[in-house]
Amino acid sequence: MKFTLAWLKEHLDTDRTLAEIADKLTMIGLEVERIEDRAKLLAPFVIARVTEAKPHPNADRLRVCLVDTGDGKPVQVVCGAPNARAGMKGVFVPPGAFIPGKAVTLAVGTIRGVESRGMLVSEFELQLSDDHEGIIELPDDAPVGTGYAQWAGLDDPVIEINLTPNRPDCTGVHGIARDLAAADMGQFKDAGIKAVKGEFPCPVNVALDFGAAPSLCPAFALRLIRGVNNGPSPDWLQRRLVAIGLRPINALVDVTNFITYDRGRPLHVFDAAKVRGNLVVRRARPGETLAALDGRTYALDETMCVIADDNGVESLSGVIGGEKTGCSAATTDVLIESALWNAVNIAQTGRKLGINSDARYRFERGVDPAFTLPGLELATRMVLDLCGGAPSQVCLAGNPEAPERIIDFPPSELKRLAGLAVPLPEMRGVLNRLGFFVAGQGERVKVAVPSWRPDVQGTADIVEEVVRILGVERVPATAFDRGAAPRKPVLTAIQSRTRKAKRALAARNLIEAVTWSFIAKRRAELFGGGQPELALANPIAADLSDMRPSLIPGLVAAAQRNADRGFADVGLFEVGQVFRGEAPQDQLTAAAAIRRALAKPSGIGRHWSKRDGAVDAFDAKADALAVLAAVGAPASALQIAAHAPAWFHPGRSGTIQIGPQNVLGYFGELHPSTLEALEAQGPLVAFEVILERIPAPRTKATRAKPALELSPLQPVERDFAFVVERNVKGADIVRAAMSADRKLISDVGVFDVYEGAGIAAGKKSIAIAVTIQPRDKTMTEAEIETLAAKIVAEVGKRTGGVLRA
Amino acid sequence: MTDIAQIEQRILADVAAASDEAALEAARVAALGKNGAITALLKTLGTLPPEERKSRGSLINGLKERVNAALAARREALKGAALKARLDTESLDVTLPVRETPAEVGRVHPITQVTDELTAIFADMGFAVAEGPDIETDDYNFTKLNFPQDHPARDMQDTFFFNPKPDGSRLLLRTHTSPVQVRTMLAQKPPIRVIIPGRTYRSDSDQTHTPMFHQVEGLVIDRSSHLGHLKWILEEFCKAFFEVDRVKMRFRPSFFPFTEPSLEVDIQCRREKDEIRFGEGDDWLEILGCGMVHPNVLRNCGLDPDDFQGFAWGMGIDRIAMLKYGMADLRAFFEADVRWLTHYGFRPLDFPTLAGGLSS
Repeated sequence: MKFTLAWLKEHLDTDRTLAEIADKLTMIGLEVERIEDRAKLLAPFVIARVTEAKPHPNADRLRVCLVDTGDGKPVQVVCGAPNARAGMKGVFVPPGAFIPGKAVTLAVGTIRGVESRGMLVSEFELQLSDDHEGIIELPDDAPVGTGYAQWAGLDDPVIEINLTPNRPDCTGVHGIARDLAAADMGQFKDAGIKAVKGEFPCPVNVALDFGAAPSLCPAFALRLIRGVNNGPSPDWLQRRLVAIGLRPINALVDVTNFITYDRGRPLHVFDAAKVRGNLVVRRARPGETLAALDGRTYALDETMCVIADDNGVESLSGVIGGEKTGCSAATTDVLIESALWNAVNIAQTGRKLGINSDARYRFERGVDPAFTLPGLELATRMVLDLCGGAPSQVCLAGNPEAPERIIDFPPSELKRLAGLAVPLPEMRGVLNRLGFFVAGQGERVKVAVPSWRPDVQGTADIVEEVVRILGVERVPATAFDRGAAPRKPVLTAIQSRTRKAKRALAARNLIEAVTWSFIAKRRAELFGGGQPELALANPIAADLSDMRPSLIPGLVAAAQRNADRGFADVGLFEVGQVFRGEAPQDQLTAAAAIRRALAKPSGIGRHWSKRDGAVDAFDAKADALAVLAAVGAPASALQIAAHAPAWFHPGRSGTIQIGPQNVLGYFGELHPSTLEALEAQGPLVAFEVILERIPAPRTKATRAKPALELSPLQPVERDFAFVVERNVKGADIVRAAMSADRKLISDVGVFDVYEGAGIAAGKKSIAIAVTIQPRDKTMTEAEIETLAAKIVAEVGKRTGGVLRA
Repeated sequence: MTDIAQIEQRILADVAAASDEAALEAARVAALGKNGAITALLKTLGTLPPEERKSRGSLINGLKERVNAALAARREALKGAALKARLDTESLDVTLPVRETPAEVGRVHPITQVTDELTAIFADMGFAVAEGPDIETDDYNFTKLNFPQDHPARDMQDTFFFNPKPDGSRLLLRTHTSPVQVRTMLAQKPPIRVIIPGRTYRSDSDQTHTPMFHQVEGLVIDRSSHLGHLKWILEEFCKAFFEVDRVKMRFRPSFFPFTEPSLEVDIQCRREKDEIRFGEGDDWLEILGCGMVHPNVLRNCGLDPDDFQGFAWGMGIDRIAMLKYGMADLRAFFEADVRWLTHYGFRPLDFPTLAGGLSS
């Protein structure tokens, strides 16, 4: 919503400064977005007279002018404008001034050897128009030395407010003035509007034709003015419209636009000569179209409301008028419409057709029903003043009366909801100035809401009105008591796991990425997603169309983007939502990481120490286990199974599970075909675990850790190397060795895996170190030998392994 | 007598001349071994008369002690020389770079860090953390929050929808974290004090808008909390979050369907070339929206607005992260450029706490 300061002062008697008014507007909820103060911008530009204009000695097209700027000393200016001549009056600007049209600061110049100490400007240079053919020429009576903006009336500051959708009353300058007056910014000028007596019946009738369906038009008022003399509207009106960015058309149209902005009351004018028969307000019929005033033709449907005559649709109700019946300079008889429309329907129609008109802006917010007839009278008066003519009586269909809204309001609500104690008289004063009526005293009062405030429906709204106008700064900040509730952890289990997982992964040299929750459908499908219920109906881009089933595709794409920028060795992780279905419980929290090229956990990139090489499945496994450990997964219960979903390399990936029914996640190299489909290059390894799948730890009664048992007996370590079939799993050998004596064997580690010379084809050697912890007494060599034999036997029995010779 | 002096001279010369452990051992054996010179001298003692035996014995023992001392000294010297010789061969180029500590290389995203900061601040004020699903119903995202069917206010939301179901209903991606307010009020009885961080979605994309972003919402419901408490909480929050001693805030009336009265909050600041300073200057920067929970919202969530009351606020996590830490472009948050993440991200061990400081 835009208006000028002078326009505001038509409705508000005030001596407050622009800054005070602007500040107050913001503080009462009419946030000032921009102030265009052309008086300030154009202050250096003064009216001047060219006293002498001689040809430039070194340039045919230039002139050397002497300019009288009013201070008695002529200034020399080199000017290239064809119309620069002695005796003319124009607009002069001295060096040091900012030229808005060129966005430069003027300096003293020397043009082809002649000094120029200023400039005579064109309208273009002042951003008044696109005209840069010549310099501005002013009439002879323009006073030399006076500011140009002031003289030309260009010094009226333009204020633009960011109007919230709940305030239809402030879509007009009148309503804004009322708010400002309520907030002590001046006296509201609210002279009544006198009805204009009609001289004859309105010859055009209006019918509201909605059959049995609910009406989309509560009221429709129409009046004919016969014998108008249309043409350009007067300067003051044109200037107002131009200042707020509207294009003056002709007096009749300009009047409707003016009242739209002045009163928040959109009107429409029909050229009566082009209207055939009576008007009918009805729903559009399928196939009907309207060639509108914006030069476009719209296809209408039965959800839309139109005004039609015997020729068909002439106007799209409350949104835009039709071109055919529009008013032109030739119009002599004009029909003025002032109607009420269904706000929701206007919004729907505008949205559907993509029309953002000033009328729609107001009707969808809710135009004051009580102003339907006064608006028409105001328009009539202005048309008569500007164009003459004879007015008909008003033809009215429907009922513009607003139902009375009275709210039962306990004044104590202000203290209860806002923490602000306001005496009733002060409260009453604020509400009265806003047009509310307050009846009664004491614990409950009756508040009548004015017809222009559809947003005020309940007690909380009245609290807002009072607080808004008195100023929120009057509400004292009140210390908030955190209460007697015990200080407990505030994070849920999954929040806590998320937080720990992130820090644990970052501590393993991985970098956290936050990638889109939606990815391309084909990428979702590669990772088991792409279900129809997880596809957006209106994605912002084709590659952001489906909710992600996994974090891995987003991370792979991110890693590839980094690689394409020259950063090949990247390790990225993300902990965030993945979607298995549309229900809340199908949204899970995944932790995933990818490592690319040389982004090893031990260090990223090549290093002289040579402990590098490309990432492998074990790096991903270590990352996965680190996350699981950090979030409290029971390490001893975790099993590694040698298979994984199809997007992983079939031989170099694994599943982490607690029994086959509870799969926590996967790790390994990505399948080469998956990488290819993701348009990414490896080597690349990944893991993903689902944090919800980790069983909750048992709640313990005490925080004390179990007692520490320190054996006085020294542990013994024995090494064994077994030759087994190549497909035997290392974990099975470890488990077999452990099972030889669960009491005495405290640990089994794998310290070497070997295939090659000395080992038969198809076999491998696995070396384990077994730690034996004597329990009651030091073990004798014979006892240790017995246990060793048992270990060898157990491994042999379970895996077919034989001691390596 | 001269024989002892001569023997001593000879032995000490041999010890001094021993250039390695073997030569020294040979010298020791030559002096003190079974057939050594001193051993031989001792053997002669028994043949001497008692009075002479005593004086000669003490001479030989003196010799023996001096030789032993010389042997020990020489052994020490040889060991030192040998160690030095070994160490001389063992030098490293210690200027070679070592691998960086993984925890110094890894980063958490600024959104994670700021969310942890928010949690620390509000946990201290007695708030718990609530969460809800990204895929929401129209009812929770709009209707229960007092957005009238087809009111122009819904125009303010450019919503991502899923395809309609046979019954015409359709799910959507939540446009704000406010549906979690509804879920919280429906699930638990007041008093309620929660903050709600999370991902939110709007169909919007330019330098300051991305189709996905992060919000944090606060909700207090009880029988007494009013606008004055809201002001206090937000002022305390801003001081704690921006880590300044004072902050000037401006509460402007505004409009949101789910609060009444509604306010927007600006924070006083000074804009400099590459940063914004809070607690000084004369510029205002909008940071959040808030208000008293609308009576209709309370009613929709089964609470009597004459009995219960409270307030809510919401702000962009990405936005306050940008304000505090100086990132210029929101889009970069989601591009996963490791240069950006390394620069603007946080070390995993820099965990924000009120005790240790949020960002120090």
